[in-house]
Amino acid sequence: MYDFDYHKPAHRADADTLLGRDNYKPLAGGMSLLPALKLRLNRHDGLVDLGALSDLQGIRRDGDAMVIGAMTTHATVAASDLLQQALSALCVLAEGIGDPLVRNRGTLGGSIANADPGADYPAAVLGLGATVITNRREIAGDAFFTGLFETALHSGEMITAVRFPLPQKAGYAKYRQPASRFAITGVFVAQTVAGVRVAVTGAGPSVFRFAAAEAALTRRFDAAALEGLTLAPEGLNSDIHAGADYRAHCVVEMTRRAVIAAG
Amino acid sequence: MPTVAMTVNGKAVAGTVEGRTLLVQFLREHLKLTGTHVGCDTSQCGCCTVHLNGTGVKSCTVLALACAGASVVTIEGLADGDTLHPMQEAFREHHGLQCGFCTPGMIMSAVDMVRRKGNDLDAQTIRKQLEGNICRCTGYHNIVLAVQAGAAAMKTAKA
Ligand SMILES: Cc1cc2nc3c(=O)[nH]c(=O)nc-3n(C[C@H](O)[C@H](O)[C@H](O)COP(=O)(O)OP(=O)(O)OC[C@H]3O[C@@H](n4cnc5c(N)ncnc54)[C@H](O)[C@@H]3O)c2cc1C
Ligand code: FES
Ligand code: FES
Repeated sequence: MYDFDYHKPAHRADADTLLGRDNYKPLAGGMSLLPALKLRLNRHDGLVDLGALSDLQGIRRDGDAMVIGAMTTHATVAASDLLQQALSALCVLAEGIGDPLVRNRGTLGGSIANADPGADYPAAVLGLGATVITNRREIAGDAFFTGLFETALHSGEMITAVRFPLPQKAGYAKYRQPASRFAITGVFVAQTVAGVRVAVTGAGPSVFRFAAAEAALTRRFDAAALEGLTLAPEGLNSDIHAGADYRAHCVVEMTRRAVIAAG
Repeated sequence: MPTVAMTVNGKAVAGTVEGRTLLVQFLREHLKLTGTHVGCDTSQCGCCTVHLNGTGVKSCTVLALACAGASVVTIEGLADGDTLHPMQEAFREHHGLQCGFCTPGMIMSAVDMVRRKGNDLDAQTIRKQLEGNICRCTGYHNIVLAVQAGAAAMKTAKA
């Protein structure tokens, strides 16, 4: 790991100023950033640890939505009574990330900013039509993930929270890589006032919506409605864990399981 | 170079580190607390698990500077003088180790598991909750027995 300057600002305004510096990056749980720095995949002049910013923490209800601070850990989301009652699919998703020690450190903001193709949270952000709130603006979940490890965030921009609209029903199912627990394929299904949304992570370079499943589930929100549905493997990921054909099959199967989980 | 001060196993400590210095390096190389092991250095194996403000973390994936002012407990800080912590005693009693390399991390992780999941743990819960800790020797069978017994013993020890 190349050396860098380390800062841990106590106030949002100081964090904003530091992040305005050239090649300075936010540090959240460090569970993706530090391993990448160790491999010298990245090199930064400074890291701005967001760990002391208390207004980036916590889970609250705001009308018909749940607002979760960017620095809220996976463990906190998994164990939240408030979410358990209002949006339990998110607890299931968070509890399935990595292992307990990763969940104790890793955060919502870090996960979506990183936009790993196998990460779980992107499926919930897209599947619920969430809004990503930053220090500068609000970004629709539909426009946030732009490619492999790519997001709509500008340099110096910091996620402060994510607003998840409450669905009528939601479920998440993933087929996990057994060693890392990342999603070989994960599917988040939600029945919302704006219609049915099905978001797929792990299968493609970036999270995407599965339009044919949305159409089928709009007609009838039932696993049986997916009978005979397929997804073309073109453009899906292929690696030592699973080929594109296999992932295409997994997408349909995980969609079915997510609908069953949604109840 | 920046300095960092924290509490480790109840003692105030300080040292000069780099931005990139990991908590595990600070513990092992600066404080010579070599009970915390580095198995992979890629955040996978859990051999480096310590408690940071009461929560289990992989110390190979935490910066030392991020722990300024924090309280850290390592495997060296668990025993009470010559009396082993109930979880350590359970690993001894149930032969929950062979080479012992993963053991400090297993024990620190097991104590964190009790904090999160309570004292009555079934084998399935223990196996699931130990996913962040890898053992190359034992096949986990006796580790699971040890964690189960250690968790139960921690309840009596507290009472
Ligand atoms: C062994 C292991 C297994 C894992 N398994 C899974 C899994 O099954 N599923 C899964 O989804 N993930 C998994 N992860 C990844 C984990 O969830 C990470 O916690 C997460 O991807 C990154 O979150 P973080 O808080 O650690 O962010 P960091 O590592 O600190 O940061 C990641 C990136 O996001 C940026 N960033 C962080 N916070 C912000 C912010 N508020 N605003 C803007 N940019 C920000 C950083 O600059 C960096 O580029 C695993 C990780 C490990 C080590
Ligand atoms: S050395 Fe830290 S997880 Fe393996
Ligand atoms: S006892 Fe040897 S690695 Fe676990």
